Amino acid sequence: MLLGHNSLAFQRVGGVACASLTFILSLYLVYVVDQADFVVIQVGAWEAPFGISLVADRFSAVMVAVSSFMGAAVAVYALGEIDDVRLRKFFFPLYLVLIFGVNGAFLTGDLFNLYVWFEVMLIASFVLISMGGGKGELEGGLKYVVLNLLSSIMFLAGAGIIYGQTGTLNMADIARTLSMTPDAGWVTSSSMLLLVSFGLKAGIFPFFFWLPASYHTPPSTVSAIFAGLLTKVGVYALFRAYTLMFVPIFPQVQPLILVLAVLTMVTGVFGAASHFDMRRILSFHIVSQIGYMILGLAFMTPLALAAAIFYLVHHIIVKTNLFLVSGMVVRLKGSCDLAKVGGLLKSAPWLALLFFIPAFSLGGIPPLSGFWAKFAMVKAGLQIESWIAVTAALLVGVLTLFSMTKIWAEAFWKEQPADVDAQPLRNPAGHFAYMVVPVAVLAVSTILIGLFGEPLFSFSERAAAQLLNPQEYISAVLQSQVEVLP
Amino acid sequence: MEGLIAVLVGVLFATGTYCLLRRSIVKLVIGVILISHGANLLVFTSGGLLAGRPALVPSDGTVPPAPFGDPLPQAMVLTAIVIGFGLTAFLLALVTRAYEAVGDDDINAFRNTDT
Repeated sequence: MLLGHNSLAFQRVGGVACASLTFILSLYLVYVVDQADFVVIQVGAWEAPFGISLVADRFSAVMVAVSSFMGAAVAVYALGEIDDVRLRKFFFPLYLVLIFGVNGAFLTGDLFNLYVWFEVMLIASFVLISMGGGKGELEGGLKYVVLNLLSSIMFLAGAGIIYGQTGTLNMADIARTLSMTPDAGWVTSSSMLLLVSFGLKAGIFPFFFWLPASYHTPPSTVSAIFAGLLTKVGVYALFRAYTLMFVPIFPQVQPLILVLAVLTMVTGVFGAASHFDMRRILSFHIVSQIGYMILGLAFMTPLALAAAIFYLVHHIIVKTNLFLVSGMVVRLKGSCDLAKVGGLLKSAPWLALLFFIPAFSLGGIPPLSGFWAKFAMVKAGLQIESWIAVTAALLVGVLTLFSMTKIWAEAFWKEQPADVDAQPLRNPAGHFAYMVVPVAVLAVSTILIGLFGEPLFSFSERAAAQLLNPQEYISAVLQSQVEVLP
Repeated sequence: MEGLIAVLVGVLFATGTYCLLRRSIVKLVIGVILISHGANLLVFTSGGLLAGRPALVPSDGTVPPAPFGDPLPQAMVLTAIVIGFGLTAFLLALVTRAYEAVGDDDINAFRNTDT
């Protein structure tokens, strides 16, 4: 990809082909993992816990599959939005490195290796977010870069402390060693460092400020893939840490995570309600939805974890889709500030439909996918009688619906404001169909998950059962045979 | 020796945090650099410090003579230093461009994308 930078056609074809190939392979991985429970590779044939293990359980596999799905869909969308200048600055190679880093983070079974994958992902995302060189992009990019660097440094410090105490970096081996050490003091300190670090990346309550300050600045293609994937890697890492490594101290951390989850939901949705620009509203909704997922972790029951995994899949698809739609609004109207656009229902009724589906799925209207995710989460909360969290979850659901209705009423229903001259973007990069097709595919998959969600939900339940039984993971990793090729 | 380095790590983190809280974006970069060095030293020290005991296997044995220094933290720190170096270079370039675009190195001028 780097070699052919003079041929933009080669860049385009290669980018989409690689992303699609990843998606197909990831589906195969899901199939294999569902048959075999675990797929473990010891890199370089060094036996665990000495070498680096790559581990896929059901949770990892489904995350890889859905993120590769987004990778393929957004790559097609990029054909329609990313201009030649960005393509010449290696947009597609960086984009593929980003997907590579995300998938690596989902699959690694080694703590330090996870740090390295985070860095791979971050370096690519740093360049992607500040690539355009506009004032807003540089400013948002600077905030994004500095806070994510700090989070990585804290992760490194936490990993160092854990290594100093356990003498291992293999997550399964760390879990085994920690379950045998009763001294909880230093475990808690290092687990808090990791909580802050992953929390910063996931955008949970006190650490989310970089997210709405930066996600609306780059082109929609870039914000869509960031919104879909990057924060979810933080959520994934939190799940991995607290269902595997820090199981012994989880009862002490649980109240803290519960409070953080509720505050994340509430502050995120209030932030969204106060904004009037489509992409800023959507950025704040990421924060609020992250709260729901962390809530599943805080409940820590089989149903709650299954609901959280289902929620992750639903959220990645829907949120990516909404950001892509906002990019189409920009293309048609030159802006996505709700005060400046309007009348889209008349001028582009099909776009209204494409917005309607993910937006009301996000709000939790049956029979779309968001309804089942929220329903399962609330039911899990009722089962363990966590009334405040359930109340907050329902209230946030209503407010989410409110701000989706706001976008609907302002951008689609209202007449185009007479004093604002809204023109389609001049010199669009590629054909509009490239943008419509992925959005339509994602919308259809939202409906499919809503109507025929049973296989996905039972898969989530099996994945949750695996998460709740870390012993299986540990023995799968530590006892896997090293195959030496002849 | 460990105690001394532990104090040094603390000092690095403290000065780094102080720099981060200043209003100039150049000091922001310096703060990030200091904190990342602090974290590198922390990882390095966490493996235990032993002077003059490399983990080298003698020609007639299969394991290095105990006690030997743990080589893994050094490998990790090396990785972390390289990553930190690359990121710092990128951050410096970004700060230069952002300074040119915004025209001020005061953090207060960087509030356009917040609200």
